[in-house]
Formats: sequence, C-alpha cells, structure tokens
Amino acid sequence: MKNPLESLHMTIVMGVVLTVIMVLVAQGIGS
Amino acid sequence: MMIEDPFLLHFVRWLHVVSGVMWIGLLWYLNFVQVPTMPKIPDELKPAIGKHIAPAVLFWFRWGAASTVLFGLILAWMNGYLGDTLAIGLNGGGATTAMLGIAMWFGLIMAFNVWFVIWPNQKIALGIVDAPAEKKPGAARRAMLFSRTNTLLSIPMLYGMVAAQNPPF
Repeated sequence: MKNPLESLHMTIVMGVVLTVIMVLVAQGIGS
Repeated sequence: MMIEDPFLLHFVRWLHVVSGVMWIGLLWYLNFVQVPTMPKIPDELKPAIGKHIAPAVLFWFRWGAASTVLFGLILAWMNGYLGDTLAIGLNGGGATTAMLGIAMWFGLIMAFNVWFVIWPNQKIALGIVDAPAEKKPGAARRAMLFSRTNTLLSIPMLYGMVAAQNPPF
C-alpha cells in the first residue's frame, strides 16, 4: 500500500482533519 | 516570569513570526514546488537543484526553524504562559491555552524533525557528506516523508498559533 504522505493532496487533507481534532481537543480541555 | 514592556513583547513576537515565515515558506516551497517538479526537470538540469538550490534552501530552512522555536519559547516565557502551554492547558488556562500548547508541541516536533531527521538524511542524499551511493535513495525518501509529515503538522500548527491570538470560541 502506498504511503499517504507520498500524495501532497492526502497530506493536506490529513492536516485539515488533524486541525479539526486539535480544536475539539482544545475545547474539551478548556471546558 | 512576566515581562510587560510592550515594545519588547512586540519585537520578540515580530522576530518569531519573521523566522516562522522563513521556515514554513521554505517548507512549503520544498513540498509544493521543488519535490513535485523534480520528475519534470530534464536530467542534465537536475544537478542545479541538488548542488546549488537545495543546499541554500536547507540552510535557511533549518536556521529559520531554530530561530522560530527560540523566539517562540522566549515569547511564551515573557508572557508568563510557557509552563501552562507546554502542559497544553491541563493545569488551567482554558481552550486558548490548550490550543496554543498543542500548536507549540507540533512546532517543536517539526523543528526536531528538521534538525535530527531531515537535515542528516538530506546531507547523505545531496552528497554533502560521504556515504555509499546505495544509501542515497533511502535517505532521500526518509527526508521527503518527514518533510511531508512537517507539511501535515504545519496546517494545525499555524491554525493553533493564529487562533490563539484570535480565538474562534
């Protein structure tokens, strides 16, 4: 299976997903 | 520790941001421009990238990373929130502190990758240090994948840094 990091598009998608997770975790810690 | 001199805070933040633009600008140049374009460059022109452009990029890239982290840590210390952010807000400080803290950890991981994974492997791949020829493709691939990892982390890292100044909640 190809490493998803070899695709720039997949890298960006994963970065956006990680951003959403980060915001949810930060809200969870802050509440 | 809390330093309240507005000019000093402003100046250190400016140095942090300028260094960050140098670092992430070159990271994105590598990932959005150089790496995807390399297969399209004729073989006789490729040494111009490997021997001249890439070493210059990597010089400003790794020192940009070092000074971004240095001024960032000084800024957080001057603002009195270095400990709270490194603890990702778990000992208080709210969602903004937590988000800035997570973003800081992403930045620290990225800087570690630059200095201790990408740079040593690029030195082998570009022939800056002596290494057997058969080690070069593996080193180039490792450097590329960690550079991609940093591109991935740069998205939440930048969001967290900016959102800490302009919180969405």
